[in-house]
Amino acid sequence: MSAPAPAGRRIRAQAAYETRTLLSNGEQLLVSVVLPALALVGLTLSSVPSLGPGRRVDVATAGVLALAVVSTAFTGQAIAAGFDRRSGVLRLLGTTPLGRSGLVAGKALSVLAVLAVQVLVLGGLGLALGWHPAPSGWLPALVSVVLGATAFVALALLLAGTVRAEAVLALANLAWVLLLGLGVLVPTGELPRGLRTLARALPSGALGDALRTSLVQGGWPWAAWAVLLAWAVAAGLAAVRWFRWSG
Amino acid sequence: MGDAVSVQGLHRAFGPVVAVAGATWSAPSGAVTAVLGPNGAGKTTTLECVVGLQRPDGGTVRVLGADPWRSSAAHRARVGVMLQDGGLPTTARPLRLLAHLASLHQHPRDVSALATRLGIDGFARTTVRRMSGGQRQRVALAAALVGAPEVALLDEPTAGLDPHARREVWDLVREEADAGTCVVLTTHSFEEAERLADRVVVLAAGVVVADGTLAEVRGDRPLEDVYFELTERAPR
Repeated sequence: MSAPAPAGRRIRAQAAYETRTLLSNGEQLLVSVVLPALALVGLTLSSVPSLGPGRRVDVATAGVLALAVVSTAFTGQAIAAGFDRRSGVLRLLGTTPLGRSGLVAGKALSVLAVLAVQVLVLGGLGLALGWHPAPSGWLPALVSVVLGATAFVALALLLAGTVRAEAVLALANLAWVLLLGLGVLVPTGELPRGLRTLARALPSGALGDALRTSLVQGGWPWAAWAVLLAWAVAAGLAAVRWFRWSG
Repeated sequence: MGDAVSVQGLHRAFGPVVAVAGATWSAPSGAVTAVLGPNGAGKTTTLECVVGLQRPDGGTVRVLGADPWRSSAAHRARVGVMLQDGGLPTTARPLRLLAHLASLHQHPRDVSALATRLGIDGFARTTVRRMSGGQRQRVALAAALVGAPEVALLDEPTAGLDPHARREVWDLVREEADAGTCVVLTTHSFEEAERLADRVVVLAAGVVVADGTLAEVRGDRPLEDVYFELTERAPR
């Protein structure tokens, strides 16, 4: 009798397949690694914009790691899922032993794998530029990355599952540019007063501030985590409610 | 052998549009069942209910004794599916994609033998985006069969194929059925139904207007004549 591979193996296989696909996609590599690396070098070597208190390279590296999370968990996932939905890939995979839950688990695992690669590359570049992360900051930074990735993947699926693939492409790239300026690279405290409150309430500002608090000061950014958790729950529930598997 | 696919009083509507209006038919193991019908007759909707992609509004669908809408991984491993839109990732290369789909199964078929059989190794380096329609069809069919399914549900498997590729697909489908697989396929081709099908189901305006062995449905006339008679009488 035909039998499925064990669940763990199916999910790992899907994660490996998606990770290879993402890492072999030139545009995705540009957004995930090349542009954040350029941002890191640019912010570290220049003196504008103001990054507030702390060593410039430390603040810049934390912000660039937040940018890496947004690129992979939001932009990359939204575009991939949007086009996979349109071409029927999500429907077809739903009929295989992987199923819909396995597909979501595989995607989540693949996001974590790509993030690990990004942290190694961008963290390595940061160290070469003189980055000294706070020794006690690794644990809160890990929590921040996981919470941020969860919130942004949920937002990506909400977008990818509700609008046309071309619109997903446009909106995901637009959001990447807009969020960049709303607390990802530049601390929310350095933004104009009117934007500051908005940025802190958005997942971009919350993730950027969370990573800066963790890696620059070694602190535990409870308020930013609460914002990320709220976005993750709200976007997750909305995605479950409105996600359409077929285009 | 018993019926691997059983559809009883299936109803499915999209808003005011009734796609399937109480269809009842079944398909046994070890045979090819061809589902024929004009565009909009409800073939794809029916097949998608059997696959488990759509939830029936009424009636029951059973595949290998299970409700496909609540299917488990164990159930999905026994059922191979080819959708009309293919469902292939546009950036994928065929052999890696098939190897990945095979890895979701405990005892998959040999990917390279299947690819050779369907002539896929002739365009192994081409991404799905750059393939012709016929090449995509062959990869989608291989994707449906790679898990060695007990039930193969194929939505227009030979649409867009040239005569050689079509013949190869027919031979492969015949072998699948002879080995015990329940094959259900939709088609617009009378030639395909007459050469390949053991059983024929004709849908028109969401209802079954004929269901039986090929000989029962067509009698001593060409299937084409019987089909036009049946489908022109059906309400629209």
